Amino acid sequence: MTGAPDVLLLLVLVTDLFIVASGRLKACVRATAAQGVLLAALPLALWVPRGDANLAHVVVIGVGALVVKAIVIPSRLLRSAREAGARREVAPYVSLHVSVLMGALLVMLSLWLARALALAPAAGGGERAALLVPASFATVLLGFLMLVARRYAVTQVVGYLMLDNGVFIFGQRLVGAVPVLVELGILLDLLAAVFVMGIAMHHIGREFDHIDTRALSTLRD
Amino acid sequence: MNLQLVLVALGVLAAGGFAALVAGRRGRLALALGTAGAVAGSALGLVAAGAQLASGGAVAARAGWRPPLGSLTVGLDPLSSFFLVAVFLVAALAAVYGAGYLRAHLEAGGRRIGAAVAAFNLLVAAMAGVVIARDGVLFLAAWEVMTIASWVLVTFEDEHESVQRAGLIYLVASQLGVVALFLLFALLRRGAPGFEFAQLAAAGPPAPGLAAVCFGLALVGFGAKAGFWPLHVWLPDAHPAAPSHVSALMSGVMIKMGIYGLLRTLLLLGPPPVWWGALVVGIGAVSGLAGVLYALAQHDLKRLLAYHSIENVGIIALGVGIGLLGQSRGDAMVAFLGYAGALLHVLNHGLFKGLLFQGAGAVLQATGVRALDALGGLARRMPVTALAFLAGSVAIAGLPPLNGFVSEWLIFAGAFRGGAALAGGAGLAAAAVVPALALIGGLAVACFVKVYGVVFLGTPRTGAPGRAREVGAAMRVPMVLAAALCLLLGVLPVVAVGVVAPAAREVAGLAAAPAGLGGSLAAVTAVGAALVAVVALLVLVRAGLLRRRPAPAAPVWACGYVGVTPRMQYTAASFAEPVLAPFGPLMHRTVHALRPATFFPAAASYEEHVGDVAGERLLAPAARRVLGVFARLRILQQGRIQLYLAYVLITLLVLLTWQIGLAGR
Repeated sequence: MTGAPDVLLLLVLVTDLFIVASGRLKACVRATAAQGVLLAALPLALWVPRGDANLAHVVVIGVGALVVKAIVIPSRLLRSAREAGARREVAPYVSLHVSVLMGALLVMLSLWLARALALAPAAGGGERAALLVPASFATVLLGFLMLVARRYAVTQVVGYLMLDNGVFIFGQRLVGAVPVLVELGILLDLLAAVFVMGIAMHHIGREFDHIDTRALSTLRD
Repeated sequence: MNLQLVLVALGVLAAGGFAALVAGRRGRLALALGTAGAVAGSALGLVAAGAQLASGGAVAARAGWRPPLGSLTVGLDPLSSFFLVAVFLVAALAAVYGAGYLRAHLEAGGRRIGAAVAAFNLLVAAMAGVVIARDGVLFLAAWEVMTIASWVLVTFEDEHESVQRAGLIYLVASQLGVVALFLLFALLRRGAPGFEFAQLAAAGPPAPGLAAVCFGLALVGFGAKAGFWPLHVWLPDAHPAAPSHVSALMSGVMIKMGIYGLLRTLLLLGPPPVWWGALVVGIGAVSGLAGVLYALAQHDLKRLLAYHSIENVGIIALGVGIGLLGQSRGDAMVAFLGYAGALLHVLNHGLFKGLLFQGAGAVLQATGVRALDALGGLARRMPVTALAFLAGSVAIAGLPPLNGFVSEWLIFAGAFRGGAALAGGAGLAAAAVVPALALIGGLAVACFVKVYGVVFLGTPRTGAPGRAREVGAAMRVPMVLAAALCLLLGVLPVVAVGVVAPAAREVAGLAAAPAGLGGSLAAVTAVGAALVAVVALLVLVRAGLLRRRPAPAAPVWACGYVGVTPRMQYTAASFAEPVLAPFGPLMHRTVHALRPATFFPAAASYEEHVGDVAGERLLAPAARRVLGVFARLRILQQGRIQLYLAYVLITLLVLLTWQIGLAGR
């Protein structure tokens, strides 16, 4: 519980809660970028000290995560938020206080689930980070919370990004077992999806002068 | 060999239908190809099924290829062979009639005939498939094809809104029934390695509780198709909506597929308890009475005939009930009489109801009118149709010397014997059949006196029947043939009982037909022959008396009143009124009458509407309630993506907690 990976994962959890708690759009996106940096550092912290993993593999994953999750997507999000003229607030369905409370509950649930989940021993040194599985669960669930509890499309993309971050963390157990090509493919998918969302948001914003998803509900039968 | 011939017959039917579909827009060619396929296939199938029935054995075969879940197993036993005979006989007559009927449709500028001809052939093939299927999955597949093909035919004239509505109701009712059948086969499958009937039978009859559930499901699923009250509501809409030769086929044999399914299921369910028989008797009595009462109240010829189908299915159910009662108490004679009566009524009803619908179609084509009170006096203008319709009317009313009498007489005999011989409640239930059947028969006589009198006798009430001309030979020949068959089966009940005996024995589980029927059958023949002789004699005497004497037409003597018009005849409503009056509280009748009040009345009118109690008081409120519940479920459907994602999240959390968090405890 004292190693560098655990510290990183703890910081990831903090950024998770910060994203859920922040009422300003820009802060929200910046926290996402910070989370991307933390995730980029995570494979290095996990695998380099052991020295048994393919170093090039680990570095490629880290750099890829840094580029995609910390730089390209957040800057793209900030730009489309500006372009679409979205307001500065995140426009929650659920108030920020309640969001934080629910987020805390979900983190507790993740810790409990991770203990109950009897995982096979990881392919390598996943065990040295006690927070790996709980942090991944928590990130996925809080990402979901963002999807559910926020109204603007930008925050939806943030939630989607967090979902992927959670999966990314979980995937760190499997480094070495999964070819690097697959991991890069996943990153590329994420990038493509975010671009599609960005374009869609752009068009929605231009067409309707706002990107409030409430207006889409008139499409129901 | 016979089984292979039946399969070839199905191939011929399908090929004819396919050719008609390909011929498509060239209406006459499509009609000729389709009819040729239908007639040839039906004739071949009729010969094969008849030969199999005569041999009395059972054969089965399985195709090498197995579809998912089921197998392509088909077979012929006496029960199947008998139903095949009924299907192919009625289908052949209806196909010939349909050729004439649709030709007139083409000449009137009708379109889109290819699909209808193909659907007709497909319907016949599907019914045969239902009957020969020996695998649950194959059976249900054929059953669904039958439903779809008949739906295509019902909606043939879909430019009318009423036809669209009838088609929709029919489709919904059929699908609701099929749900029960899916459940039924799923339950029967328990403990068996597959859905083949032989495997289901080898697994032994289900435990009594489960058997009761299966029986209930069979009553609902097959009863919806057969038209048991209160599941009949689709029938009075769908049958009149279809073209008349299709009405003949649907009413004549398709609804009997429900009876076939019920009997086939009973073979798998083991020995029946007494209450099954009593329940079926109750259903039969209610269906029969409701059917004939509503028929009396109808003003539309085809709709009236459709209600009579419900009545006759009720009579068949009475026979099946008697059979079940006899079987439950181990009385071979009662069981045989009940099942034989029911099966013979299946064949008889196919013949005379087909004939009556064809007659109604001829009237409709000659006049363009379906309302009874606009017709009249057609016996002079359409003598062949009138005579055939008269034969059908006498047959459906259950009077000697026609075939309806024989089957009802068998059921009566079973009921009397059961009432006397069976102990306890079984005897009581069997005895209850006697008054019910007598009442049904009496009301049916009244109803067909009304129909025949109003449509064919008297003078034309409007211009349309006054201009009517007899229909073409293609339509007359099947009617005359059907009438002749009705007479033959009525005068020679030995033949009729011989046709149904193997199947009745199979259903009742008897090794040999019980002896002791021969004498009474001979009596029926004697009475029938005597009646035919008397009628022939009267006709001859009348012809002799009228020879060399002119029969002038003169106005009716109306006590000096000179303003007589053809509309001053008995109407259908006025004839039925005194018969229906005692049953008024049972029916949902609304009358709008403007009665003449003073000595010099100016205007008067009378309008009555009879709603179906089962539909309006039972099923419609139930449907509304179900719709209300589902409307409340729409609250889940808000159109907000966040809400849908919340459903996903909640499901995920519940599953995680349940499957991971709690599973480890």
